[in-house]
Amino acid sequence: MFFKAHNLSGGYGEVKVIENCNFNVNRGEIVSILGPNGAGKSSAMKAMLGMLKLESGTVVLDEKDISKLNTQDRIKLGISFVPQVNNIFTELTVNENLEMGAFTSSDAIKDKIEEMYDLFPAIKEKKYQFAGELSGGQRQQVAIARALMNNPSILMLDEPTAGVSPVVMQEIFEHIIRIKEKNIAILMVEQNANQALKISDRGYILVTGQNVYQGTGQELLNDPEIRKTFLGG
Amino acid sequence: MDFLNALILLSNFVIVPSITYGSQLALGAIGVTLIYGVLRFANFAYGDLMAFGTMCVILFTWLLKSWGVNLGIFPTALLALPFGIALTIILSLFFDKTVFEYYRNKKSSPVTFIVVSLGIMFVLNAVVRIVIGPNDIVFMDGSRFIISAVDFKEATGLLEGLTIKSTQVITIITTSLTCFLLFNFLNKTKTGKSMRAYSNNEDLALLSGIDPNKIILITWIIVSILATIAGTLYGLDKSFKPFTYFNNLLPIFAATIVGGIGNPLGAFYGGFVIAFSEIALTYAYKKFIFYLLPFSSDSTNLIQYISTDYKFAISFAILVVVLIFKPQGIFKGKVI
Repeated sequence: MFFKAHNLSGGYGEVKVIENCNFNVNRGEIVSILGPNGAGKSSAMKAMLGMLKLESGTVVLDEKDISKLNTQDRIKLGISFVPQVNNIFTELTVNENLEMGAFTSSDAIKDKIEEMYDLFPAIKEKKYQFAGELSGGQRQQVAIARALMNNPSILMLDEPTAGVSPVVMQEIFEHIIRIKEKNIAILMVEQNANQALKISDRGYILVTGQNVYQGTGQELLNDPEIRKTFLGG
Repeated sequence: MDFLNALILLSNFVIVPSITYGSQLALGAIGVTLIYGVLRFANFAYGDLMAFGTMCVILFTWLLKSWGVNLGIFPTALLALPFGIALTIILSLFFDKTVFEYYRNKKSSPVTFIVVSLGIMFVLNAVVRIVIGPNDIVFMDGSRFIISAVDFKEATGLLEGLTIKSTQVITIITTSLTCFLLFNFLNKTKTGKSMRAYSNNEDLALLSGIDPNKIILITWIIVSILATIAGTLYGLDKSFKPFTYFNNLLPIFAATIVGGIGNPLGAFYGGFVIAFSEIALTYAYKKFIFYLLPFSSDSTNLIQYISTDYKFAISFAILVVVLIFKPQGIFKGKVI
């Protein structure tokens, strides 16, 4: 496995939010973390990014133990993160947002920006507009494009489709599939479990901070008990 | 003819002084707004930082003059400016390392930072008074006028003489140049853009690998440059008195908030809004009206809206009105 999070436990102070969670992702794979509200999905993602204090557990990226590194150092190793909210620089233009995404890379970023515009044509024509003026779906595209700018090997998305219309949600999922084809590992936390599983290679279902189910997207979708409990029948 | 006289009068006493004073406020306000944007607190020590910078410039001016160095028709202070800036940068970085960094690491609230900056304000206040004294100091040398009233009257035969002081022209040129460089830095360079990014969304800036310590360092450097330039220009144009600089904090804060705090372009315009309001409302229009009206009036009324003693009340009133009705400012800054 390219990215392994093993036995993660941790939380905020006394309160434990995640317990013995395991997540694995390979390059070119979409893996979803699903579960009811308050299950600890976002916290689990934060734990893998070094934004949540771990009591135990290891995070391994490409055979390298990164559990002790802080968030900024993990990002330098090729992990990119798209937060659920406040995930763009609203007062910067779309172009500048992308430039900031490549802040740490020293190579020419012009080609990289063009590559992003090929991937997200909708934001190309808005490149000199302030990102804060864009629609919800376009903002999300800017956010994902920014995260892709520093050539990540793994992309983590925290609820990329939160608060967008079903049409835009489809659009965002299509983009995610195209990103996967670039041989990037994708780990996402999702509320829209049904749709997320359809595009996911594998999924983890988290309940009260613990892994309760895991399997391929199809397996989880077809499991009658999971359908009943988490996918609304 | 009378119309021209009226226009010259207005130019002498309202337009040119407002642009000059506005430039000085604008530079100051941009500094305050940058600190607010990046370090997220209103720096009350800013007026005294300007005083400190100006004091350094004055000391270097005296030193240069004692060596017999001067700039001819230009004030020697312009030559001393880089040295003053350097000392002010060192002072700012010293306070950041010894004081602000501690509270940053403790993640103190903005209110704590404001009180801390008040403390630094008092320290700086005292330092300046101990070193150079509380009195008025005139350190302007070189030629005083670009266009003097007497020459103008002789040349044109008009009743009113157009006056343009060299400090006014120096202020306007220096401000334009400084702002041009600053806005180019903020909008065109990678470091400048990362500064705006950090000011806009700190968390995402960290996720993008932007180093906060570097941003804070650059911000203090820029702010020190702006404070020294603004203070020196103000001192050249009027005179240097530590207490005046402390007082100027009010119009500078008003300019910052009118323009939208955290927004440098807004602060720039805010400076002019405050300057024009202050000067236009405290000017006595009697003579101006006298030129324009067809009949003469021997009224004793000066036609002055507000006495000049109350000019700070104007800044204060604008500040209060903006905070009540448009707290984000004219140019959409952050709401405080």
